[in-house]
Amino acid sequence: MFDKRVTVFMGHYGSGKTFTAVNYALALAKLGKPVSIYDLDIVNPYFRTVDALETLNKNGVELVVSPFAETNVDIPAMNAKSYKMVDDKSRFAVADIGGDDRGALALGRFADKIKEENDYDALFVVNPFRPETRDVEGAIQVKEEIERAGKLAFTGIVNNANLGLETNIEDVLKGLEFAEKLSKVTGLPIKFSAVRRDLISEKTEIIKEILPIDPIKYGDWL
Amino acid sequence: MAEKVLMKGNEALAEAAIMAGCKYYFGYPITPQTEVAAYMAKRMPKIGGTFLQAESEVAAINMVLGVAACGKRVMTSSSSPGISLKSEGISYLAGCELPALIVNVQRGGPGLGGIQPSQSDYFQALKGGGHGDYKLIVLAPASIQEMVDLTFKGFDLADKYRMPAMILADGTMGQMMEPVSLELGEVKEYAKPWATTGKATHEGRNIINSLSLSPAQLEEWNINRYERYKIVERDEVMYEEFMMDDAETCVVAFGITSRVAKNAIMEARKRGMKVGMIRPITLWPFPKDALKKAASKVKNFLTVELNMGQMVDDVKLAIDCSKPVYFYGRTGGVIMTPDEVLNKLNEIEKGEAKQW
Repeated sequence: MFDKRVTVFMGHYGSGKTFTAVNYALALAKLGKPVSIYDLDIVNPYFRTVDALETLNKNGVELVVSPFAETNVDIPAMNAKSYKMVDDKSRFAVADIGGDDRGALALGRFADKIKEENDYDALFVVNPFRPETRDVEGAIQVKEEIERAGKLAFTGIVNNANLGLETNIEDVLKGLEFAEKLSKVTGLPIKFSAVRRDLISEKTEIIKEILPIDPIKYGDWL
Repeated sequence: MAEKVLMKGNEALAEAAIMAGCKYYFGYPITPQTEVAAYMAKRMPKIGGTFLQAESEVAAINMVLGVAACGKRVMTSSSSPGISLKSEGISYLAGCELPALIVNVQRGGPGLGGIQPSQSDYFQALKGGGHGDYKLIVLAPASIQEMVDLTFKGFDLADKYRMPAMILADGTMGQMMEPVSLELGEVKEYAKPWATTGKATHEGRNIINSLSLSPAQLEEWNINRYERYKIVERDEVMYEEFMMDDAETCVVAFGITSRVAKNAIMEARKRGMKVGMIRPITLWPFPKDALKKAASKVKNFLTVELNMGQMVDDVKLAIDCSKPVYFYGRTGGVIMTPDEVLNKLNEIEKGEAKQW
């Protein structure tokens, strides 16, 4: 974790990329690194990185997001500043890409420069409690579709097994097992497990790398 | 219990429809319900069903009518402006006595409005939308599990009473994710001797039509349909009561706002205020009797809605205006916080609130 200048999070729709990317960026900032998070989501109308804007600002993380995110403007737009992700090599860059191959299309235009610089991780965020990635075959299909659309091959896997607020530690460990199977078939290493902070205990000690997750607060009605 | 999966409301609803035996989906993309169409596009070919993105909402609803006439379970989904376009077809479905499921993942209106959540199509769903003497069964989910359960139920009720049913959700219900169980039980099959399935399957000619050449016959059809509506009103009302035992103020809220209201009520209870809630799950049939019963015990009613007060009159009618009815709402895509509802409850308790 944290060893590459550019970290791109991609995965199946609803796999938890935004939660993971936001918490990863915050963790980088806590290590004192200059970091920007690039919201390249051209799919979701609601539940975006902007929900975490206050927390990100407070912790010195720069958010680059379409000015139309969470407004009534229904346009799959990106912020022009997104090019900083590849052009400004003085800062760490975390990219939150929209779900599936449809979302990964947005990454395509940056892929060549990312590969040229060759200081990146492209991480496949997987939640086996999402029906379409509940088995290895399903996950591999999604993986290949994303790689084709995003023009970037994955370099690692993130275990993000969760059932929202109902997640327990057994779910996380089941996810780890799943990620290990996926790792064996694809040859990709497991980079880390994203685990809600309150679930981290002696039971999670068997997980090598953990990124603690503080959920983004959307509203009191959740 | 079956293992749970994490799903987005729109996806969960689409999967539930497939599990209810729906093999035909016709739609047209519109935020915030597009995931329903996207999910169906992926899943339908795998189960030997049909997904078709029509050239418009008007076309889609008429394709629904065609499949419904053949006696098959069929669905369309849209968001507010798209439902306006489908309204003519919905009226025709009702006139033809056809079962189908229509999904409205509401957004802000009127007109093009916005893409953020709302409940401002209450009137459209409950008071017509289309023309003529007809009703829709209207189901209002307040969780992703209910998006699943009520979709399953919606198909069943539509078949049982040979009428269109509607899921009246909102953008948040469509977009948010929660764990759900997809163990839904057996699909009940209903005989459809009226379906246009060819002479090999039935005697004589089956004609599906909403046109009557005789006014007297059209009147008779309408009267007969309303007789059936009475049975629905008697047998199919669904609602949830929350902390109503000793309540002095009864909040009435459905869908997403009932979740905000629940949080406000729990906070009010901590402060010693006696507040409860009746949450209509079926908006038609409306839980009139439950409200009337509550009116004999409580002092006030407060409806909480994401619109300008469209449900207030229905609450007033249900309780014969016997108690004051107050209203708190946000509109245009804004969701209220529990604190805002709590403030309104405080105003009511202090006698400072104005009646709607």
